[in-house]
Amino acid sequence: MSRRQIILLAVLLLAACALPLLVSDYRVFQFNLVLVYAIALMGLNVLTGYNGQISLGHGAFYAIGAYCAAILMDKAGLPYWATLPVAAFVCLVAGFLFGLPALRLEGLYLALATFALGVSLPSLLKYHHLEKWTGGVQGIVIAKPDPPFGLPINADQWLYYFTLLVTVIMFVIAWNLLRGRVGRALVAIRDNHVATEAMGVNNAIYKSLAFGVSAMYTGVAGALGAIAVQYVAPDSFGIFLSLTFLIGIVIGGLASIPGAIYGALFIQFVPNVADEISKAAPWAIFGIFLLGFVYLMPMGIAGAVRMALARLQRRAQNRQRST
Amino acid sequence: MEALLHQVLAGLATGGIYASLALALVMIYQATHLVNFAQGELAMFATYFAWTLINAGVPYWPAFFATVAFAFVLGVVIERVVIRPVENAPVLAVVVVFIALLVILNSVTGWIYSYTIKTFPSPFPTGGVFGTKLLSPHELGAIGVTLVVLVLLYLFFRFTPLGLAMRAAAQNPDSARLVGIRVGWMLALGWGLAAAIGAVAGMMVAPIVFLDPNMMGGILLYAFAAALVGGVDNPWGAVLGGFMVGVLENVLGAFVIGNELKLAVALALIIGVLVVKPSGFFGKVFVTRV
Amino acid sequence: MKLVPIAALLAAALASPAALAQKKYDPGADDKEIRIGNTNPYSGPASAYGTIGKAIGAYFKMVNDQGGINGRKVVWVSYDDGYSPPKTVEMARKLVEQDQVLILFQTLGTPSNTAIHKYMNMKKVPQLHVATGATKWNDPKNFPWTMGWQPNYQTEGRIYAQHILATNPKAKIGILYQNDDYGKDYLKGMRDGLGDKVGMIVKEVSYEVTDPTVDSQIVQLQASGADTFFNITTPKFAAQAIRKAYDIGWKPTHYVNNVSASIGSVLKPAGLEKAVGLISTQYLKDPLDDQWKDDDSIKAWKAFMAKYYPDGNLADASNVYGYTVAQTLHQVLKQAGDNLTRANVMKQAAAMKGWRTETMLPGIRINTDAGDFAPIESVQLIRFDGKEWKRFGQIMGR
Repeated sequence: MSRRQIILLAVLLLAACALPLLVSDYRVFQFNLVLVYAIALMGLNVLTGYNGQISLGHGAFYAIGAYCAAILMDKAGLPYWATLPVAAFVCLVAGFLFGLPALRLEGLYLALATFALGVSLPSLLKYHHLEKWTGGVQGIVIAKPDPPFGLPINADQWLYYFTLLVTVIMFVIAWNLLRGRVGRALVAIRDNHVATEAMGVNNAIYKSLAFGVSAMYTGVAGALGAIAVQYVAPDSFGIFLSLTFLIGIVIGGLASIPGAIYGALFIQFVPNVADEISKAAPWAIFGIFLLGFVYLMPMGIAGAVRMALARLQRRAQNRQRST
Repeated sequence: MEALLHQVLAGLATGGIYASLALALVMIYQATHLVNFAQGELAMFATYFAWTLINAGVPYWPAFFATVAFAFVLGVVIERVVIRPVENAPVLAVVVVFIALLVILNSVTGWIYSYTIKTFPSPFPTGGVFGTKLLSPHELGAIGVTLVVLVLLYLFFRFTPLGLAMRAAAQNPDSARLVGIRVGWMLALGWGLAAAIGAVAGMMVAPIVFLDPNMMGGILLYAFAAALVGGVDNPWGAVLGGFMVGVLENVLGAFVIGNELKLAVALALIIGVLVVKPSGFFGKVFVTRV
Repeated sequence: MKLVPIAALLAAALASPAALAQKKYDPGADDKEIRIGNTNPYSGPASAYGTIGKAIGAYFKMVNDQGGINGRKVVWVSYDDGYSPPKTVEMARKLVEQDQVLILFQTLGTPSNTAIHKYMNMKKVPQLHVATGATKWNDPKNFPWTMGWQPNYQTEGRIYAQHILATNPKAKIGILYQNDDYGKDYLKGMRDGLGDKVGMIVKEVSYEVTDPTVDSQIVQLQASGADTFFNITTPKFAAQAIRKAYDIGWKPTHYVNNVSASIGSVLKPAGLEKAVGLISTQYLKDPLDDQWKDDDSIKAWKAFMAKYYPDGNLADASNVYGYTVAQTLHQVLKQAGDNLTRANVMKQAAAMKGWRTETMLPGIRINTDAGDFAPIESVQLIRFDGKEWKRFGQIMGR
């Protein structure tokens, strides 16, 4: 990474840390959700953006992570931070297990399979034999964690900082993973899976792992989301959540790490903006926003940013050359 | 035994609903190699158009054909205006455009017509000789209409030059252009036809489930599954798939797993089939050489 | 010279407590306006109920045109939550922390309200007249800032159970229920009401809101041999169930829950002749019921709809619901006078004795006190004769 990029990141991090001290609690809660969605979108991007496996059912992994956290906190009395590794592990395994049969499915058929997963999960959560743990249709209410060591910040701010820490860690891991061998293998498989197989890359393992890791990220996001909202219920995790995640990575930018953040900002704030513009048909306005973004920035916001930066650089180079 | 028969018949009735929308999905896939998530909402919107006409006093069959024409034009316009700009964008961007269409159509319809359910008339006679107690005349008639549309579609693609041109444009746009086929207009035509088929589906479905903006949501999922399990490039497969899904869902719900999980199990079974036979029951297997 | 400022100070000191004692405000209320917050599902699977939020908004527009409440205009701030609890939490926090509303009123949906239940009580902001019939809102000891309004679902289920036990003790009961909190609450009410006779239930089948039809479920119920049918559905599915049962020749004693008893939204689409004999309970007047054709309150409601909510559907009973519950809040705020603190609003809401408005059925009254946070607990059994919902028996409940 160039020096400029490191400085930019440091400034961003500082701004993110200063945020809760400057805005109201309600905004802190919203930005907390932005971080949660960013982790979820990072997960989906690993699978769909980098590895080309389309998933219309990632809401299911988000739900699994959320319920892990809720059940552990409510029934087993686990502290909130301890639920994260459990949610991560459960979703890693679940994703991997789902990825194995999915190996046989391509494109459209994989889309259907993941769509089916996304659609059926709420009914599984409502299943009356599992009610004892999942709380059935009533859901589970959980308590918000208090700041530890008596720090002079409130619960909202503490949760934000905690989520920020987790976000940074997970993004660093993802960045490392994606710029190394694994990342190159994933992208190569996406672009030409026959060639990779011929070259000796074990497609099956990489694709299943991609599923697992992707599910793990989204599951951790789900757990953090449950803690922030303090409530899980089956109908919060329907198919529209999965579609929202897909919208997030496309608008944010496929196969791009900053894309996850742009996408998270979009899916958190644009529906609210649409609601302000039109009370009568807010989702129509949201749809128009979607069309606008896709038309103007088909490569996502990250793609547009990249092109703009490249143009600026070229202009600077040209100026240098002519002087 | 009698209960099983009843459930099978009820399943055929709902299967007919899935089959009709599945045909529209297959149509759009054969024309564009994309599955249009907004197909259900387009069908629903067209059905509301029909309802408006009928409410204004237009008799059923003129309203029916006027709606089919309206849907055709709407489909063509959407392809030219909304889909054209993203022709060369990554596939997922197009999927987002579909989702946007879905959301816009649903929201606008709800705003114009409100969310209270409305009755939609059926052209078929009620009661009497035609139906048994378990399959109403309308449900039988709707299955009949679906089969007629199916046959027309098959004949169109197999035996007309236009149908051939459309299939060529979807399978290999570059070669098709070289032979003089106007690929852009083939795509638009495909959209128009799919929207028209969807409108027919909507008008057959609405009398059974009642007309409301959220009418097609659940049906779209089953239709999607039906189209794939039958082979997404095969209209016969789609219709058969629709009936299979309908019967499977009903029988599972009544006798095997209970209503709570029938959706999950039905879908799991379908995916199981696809894992074993990735192109569906009747789809063509494409072998690409590298 | 020094006396004047001292005298002035003394006068001010003596006058101000008296002046202040007359007007007390919490965030959201001042001399000019009262801000009321709300979340409603204007989109998503429950969007049919969004008309309630619109009807209430229209009602307060009418109130403002007529001079407001005690001279103050009502500002109605309503956000869409799409029936999604995380969204409800976000919108509730926005209303309380950013828009600074005085109270949250008629927030709709059991999961939505469950999600904000603890938050509202922690923030000490009234969560008033919630639009759900779950039983848990009547808990003033633990949740003093939350209050329901409509008769709760479990009570309604119990009333049907009692009616079955009284009229047909050998009945075989089949139940169709929506697989969510709403359906399950009614189901619990019936099961509790049957007590140890719960074995009378021979079949329970559920459906999801995403199911296209409930035809398969109706066929299952007929096959089970049930002769009594408890239909716990929302309007679209209720209409399907009523019609399918008739078409397949199944003629049970048919109880339909109150939410789906609307003539305009359910019985007419199903076919009025297919709905003859249906039994339900009601506490409001149905706008399409012939017996209220010349009723003054329904005429007034129709005039209100024409002027302030012309897009609203005159056949939709939800619009009568919205109008009536808005009238209830109107009364509470009127009673609060110039003391517009949140605590006083709750106090006034918990001090309604035998109050009613004319769009309620005759005999239905609102009663609340410090230990009773369930305003409407009385309902009337009704039977459909093909044209009207005929009341029979006495008013049940308090």
